[in-house]
Amino acid sequence: MADSQVLTDTAAVTGPFGRRPKPIFSRRNIMLYGTLIVIAVYYLLPLYVMVVTSLKGMPEIRLGNIFAPPVEITFEPWVKAWSEACTGLNCDGLSRGFWNSVRITVPSVIISIAIASVNGYALANWRFRGSEVFFTILIFGSFIPYQVMIYPIVIVLREIGVYGSLTGLVIVHTIFGMPILTLLFRNYFVSVPEELFKAARVDGAGFWGIYFQIMLPMSLPIFVVAIILQITGIWNDFLFGVVYTKPDTYPMTVQLNNIVNSVQGVKEYNVNMAATIITGLVPLTVYFLSGKLFVRGIAAGAVKG
Amino acid sequence: MANDKPFQPFRNLNAKIASIPMILTALVIFVGCTLWTIFYSFTKSKLLPKLDFVGFDQYERLWGTRRWLVSIENLLIYGSLSLIFSLLIGFLLAALLDQKIRFEDTFRTILLYPFALSFIVTGLVWQWILNPDFGVQHAVRSLGWESFNFDPLYNANIVIYGVLIAGLWQGTGLVMCLMLAGLRGIDEDIWKAARVDGIPMWKTYLFIVIPMMRPVFITTIVIITSGIVRVYDLIVAQTGGGPGIASEVPAKYVYDYMFQSQNLGQGFAASSIMLLTVAIIVIPWAYLEFGGKRRG
Repeated sequence: MADSQVLTDTAAVTGPFGRRPKPIFSRRNIMLYGTLIVIAVYYLLPLYVMVVTSLKGMPEIRLGNIFAPPVEITFEPWVKAWSEACTGLNCDGLSRGFWNSVRITVPSVIISIAIASVNGYALANWRFRGSEVFFTILIFGSFIPYQVMIYPIVIVLREIGVYGSLTGLVIVHTIFGMPILTLLFRNYFVSVPEELFKAARVDGAGFWGIYFQIMLPMSLPIFVVAIILQITGIWNDFLFGVVYTKPDTYPMTVQLNNIVNSVQGVKEYNVNMAATIITGLVPLTVYFLSGKLFVRGIAAGAVKG
Repeated sequence: MANDKPFQPFRNLNAKIASIPMILTALVIFVGCTLWTIFYSFTKSKLLPKLDFVGFDQYERLWGTRRWLVSIENLLIYGSLSLIFSLLIGFLLAALLDQKIRFEDTFRTILLYPFALSFIVTGLVWQWILNPDFGVQHAVRSLGWESFNFDPLYNANIVIYGVLIAGLWQGTGLVMCLMLAGLRGIDEDIWKAARVDGIPMWKTYLFIVIPMMRPVFITTIVIITSGIVRVYDLIVAQTGGGPGIASEVPAKYVYDYMFQSQNLGQGFAASSIMLLTVAIIVIPWAYLEFGGKRRG
């Protein structure tokens, strides 16, 4: 009541206030939104082509246009890509690669985040002599091309007996996820007010006590960012998958590449596109569900160094 | 603080235990493995690494191999164009999105989604779209323009531009996001002052805003370049290095020599050169970024 009184008073004194409404179809707007829509269509086109191709039968693909919507929708290519597509002698489809990828991604994400968060916490609140030196090496190490380190790591993994197994690949993902994740958590924990940490110290809490009872509950958003970053990164990895696993344990990206780029047999473009889209589905789902947090993860990744 | 005290290995023990994985990664993997590779690049290792020193032989052979020279040339073309275009397109897109438009989130989501996809998926989609018998070329020809020719993936002279199209589609969203964050960091008052002075918008961008965004540009350039040097999956998926060796890149050279041709020494030498390339970019940047701060 009082608010509306004030509002009408101001209006009475100064007349209509606020910015003058702009016409929606001004030349500027048409140009601006026109450009944006054209660009958006261009960016969406590959996704559209993928989906459309995967829903067509082969005769229709041979005769028609890749941009045309399917005349007769068929889900057969999807079924075939999932359970029958061949890589070499194996003809059990992408499902094997999918489950391998799940078995790689889940432990890698959990272990790498657990290690990196404790690590970032130690770097932020419990510095010891040399801790910053190791951290600097870690950050600069993240710029080293992986190709320089892949072979010696093969030897290390072979020595500890996990070369070619999923465990080996999980270790590799944990190692190479460490720089960015440690940076992410360290920067987050540094921003937590120090008084909180000191108060807990006075109350007798130790290293793990403070981590589990104070830091962990406070830092759930950063954990979500880290999870998003790691799921997409590890799921999309190709190089480590192809180097450190055997055909039986190939992750999905490697298997997909083998299916599509195999030289034997007749090319079934619809099955290939169905396989491609199935592989992209996990990171895409994470991306569309996470929205702004994904951007935050990228921004965190961007400030590395 | 800790530096004033005598060395106490058991002080702060939990933090040290918690840092063991980081210390191992930093020392064993990043320092140890890198030095190991550089060290063995001076040996005659073939199928297995062995200590049979040959000096710079591997490097001489490397620079005498046509495939490596093609790889370097491709990396230079792809790298410079990819850098220029992703900065240009990324900045323009960010500037468009910064015009206080409606549905900004929707547009941003659309422009960034390719970045969530792997290079394998990106390469395979564009391989399909650029397929001359079914893709863009076929579609334009069937509209009536019979002589239309666009088959980058089957033409050795332009194949790297076909890869560039895919690479830009995947990566510009990231640059756009970084640039948008940079633009949002510019004080609103600067825009107001420029408007009061009657400076046209493009001039404000070019002479005021972009110079102010220097740190953002430098960080973005470092991120893009260190990604370019690593480019591997995209080539494997989209062209397989073909036609012939026309789209080979250094990262693929390294992998093929190490794990397929069983010529480890060549692979080590090639990867050491990759490391050198990154070092040439990262070290001056780190010096400017951190060395400057310490002095100031």
